[in-house]
Amino acid sequence: MDDLFKLLMQNARFTNEQLAVMLGISEKEVAEQIEQYERSGMIRGYKPVVDWEKIDTERVVARIELNVLPKRDFGFDEIAKRIMMFDEVETIYLVSGTYDLAITVAGKTFKDVALFVAQKLSPMDGVTSTSTSFVLRKYKEKNIIIEDEETDVRGNASL
Amino acid sequence: MDYNRLLSQKVQEIKPSGIRKFFDIANEMTGVISLGVGEPDFKTPWSIREAGIESLEKSQTWYTSNAGLMELRREICHYLNRRFSLDYHPENEVVITVGGSEAIDLCIRALVNEGEEVLIPEPCFVAYTPVAQLCNAVPVPIVTKAEDHFRLTAQALKEKITPKTKLLILPFPNNPTGAVMRREHLEEIAEVLRGTDIMVLSDEIYAELTYNGNHVSIASLDGMKERTILVNGFSKSYAMTGWRLGYACGPAPVIQQMTKIHQFAIMSAPTTSQYAAIEAVKNCDDDIRRMANEYNIRRRLIVDSFNKLGLTCFEPEGAFYIFPSIQSTGLSSEDFCEKLLYAEKVAVVPGTAFGGCGEGFIRVSYSYSPSHIIEAVKRIEHFLQTL
Repeated sequence: MDDLFKLLMQNARFTNEQLAVMLGISEKEVAEQIEQYERSGMIRGYKPVVDWEKIDTERVVARIELNVLPKRDFGFDEIAKRIMMFDEVETIYLVSGTYDLAITVAGKTFKDVALFVAQKLSPMDGVTSTSTSFVLRKYKEKNIIIEDEETDVRGNASL
Repeated sequence: MDYNRLLSQKVQEIKPSGIRKFFDIANEMTGVISLGVGEPDFKTPWSIREAGIESLEKSQTWYTSNAGLMELRREICHYLNRRFSLDYHPENEVVITVGGSEAIDLCIRALVNEGEEVLIPEPCFVAYTPVAQLCNAVPVPIVTKAEDHFRLTAQALKEKITPKTKLLILPFPNNPTGAVMRREHLEEIAEVLRGTDIMVLSDEIYAELTYNGNHVSIASLDGMKERTILVNGFSKSYAMTGWRLGYACGPAPVIQQMTKIHQFAIMSAPTTSQYAAIEAVKNCDDDIRRMANEYNIRRRLIVDSFNKLGLTCFEPEGAFYIFPSIQSTGLSSEDFCEKLLYAEKVAVVPGTAFGGCGEGFIRVSYSYSPSHIIEAVKRIEHFLQTL
């Protein structure tokens, strides 16, 4: 991973000017490199990391473990692609272990999410079982600590 | 009781740091965005911490030999050879100390007699002068200048050498200026010292943090090893300040006397830290490089930001400090720092903390994340507009 990419992983909102200074290259080079990341699909998008507790919106997230029957010739792709069409589904991973697909689903209330699972997900062809865990508290996301600010214990001045 | 009468005269005569009051205020204020610390923000790499934990689990909780674990001394010698082409014998040319600070103390005490002169390039770290004073030696400051990129020049050195000169402190890469002595600059100094009886205490604690080429130790130059005591440690390069572990390497007769003082004052450096340090020096070259690379990114950011603010600084090549001039504001260093602290809650250190010639400068640490630095610079910019 190159240094520009690392910096964007730290904070995607550094300006091109700041990035150029930090890396000792020109702003033009920074812009070109970022465009290259985007065009090649290395970077698919930019979104803030949010502490939803601080936002006046009803929101519930659940992680759902799915067992599915893979289709001949298509494996897990076909069912995964059908599931990801739902707006409620935020992430979907094919995983190793005791189940096949790990998905996260967001809704306004517990009931919304429960109904989504019961009415949309479970009845789908090929889904053999689901196990839903509601997220109660988020401690860390994308390397950012959500709960408390990490405090600098070094004091403000030392020699 | 009249403690003034009871206490050692010499100790009482040592000046407490003039900016202690400022530090007390800064350290007690909350909501401060600081650029004031002199230690890494990184955590000690996990494998090193794990080695420390493992040593505790194995009950390795006794004293080590006075000079330190032989395995650690051996690994340090390998490391110094691999990184800086230095050759030391672990048996009698290395002593493990409680931080680089103790090594500085031991070295000065082992070498100087009453009335002898210790040359100290300033601005510099604060420990050398008081230790020399405790030995009844005479600290002789050598002023280094911004126009020389705060390097020690052969000319400035020659001017201060007298028949009483015993020891030259060579604190590079430098705290607080970030100055680095490259091979050609060291060669000039070596040329002055060869053929004299002047010893060198080369404090290379920031050796791994140089940004325009590998650090060169004066001990690696022809004819210098025999007159140099190299001080280094784990605090800065491995982010291990709290482990309190450093070392000195030098000619066996000097190390022998230093170890004698160490034996009586300290016994042996912390055992847990020594085991952790074996892991550090053996297997963590990549961690050093990762952290140094990160510092370099911040260095470019902060140098550029301060120059844009009009607080000009030369490009520092080592450590993790910049030393910008604040003379354009018309304020003294201490006034500048105090006003900035109260007005914008940004902590930086007055240059005068590191010697009188630091007047007109401040020390700014970039041992902070880029986002933190950007926020602090914004506040400083606002402060400058209100002046």
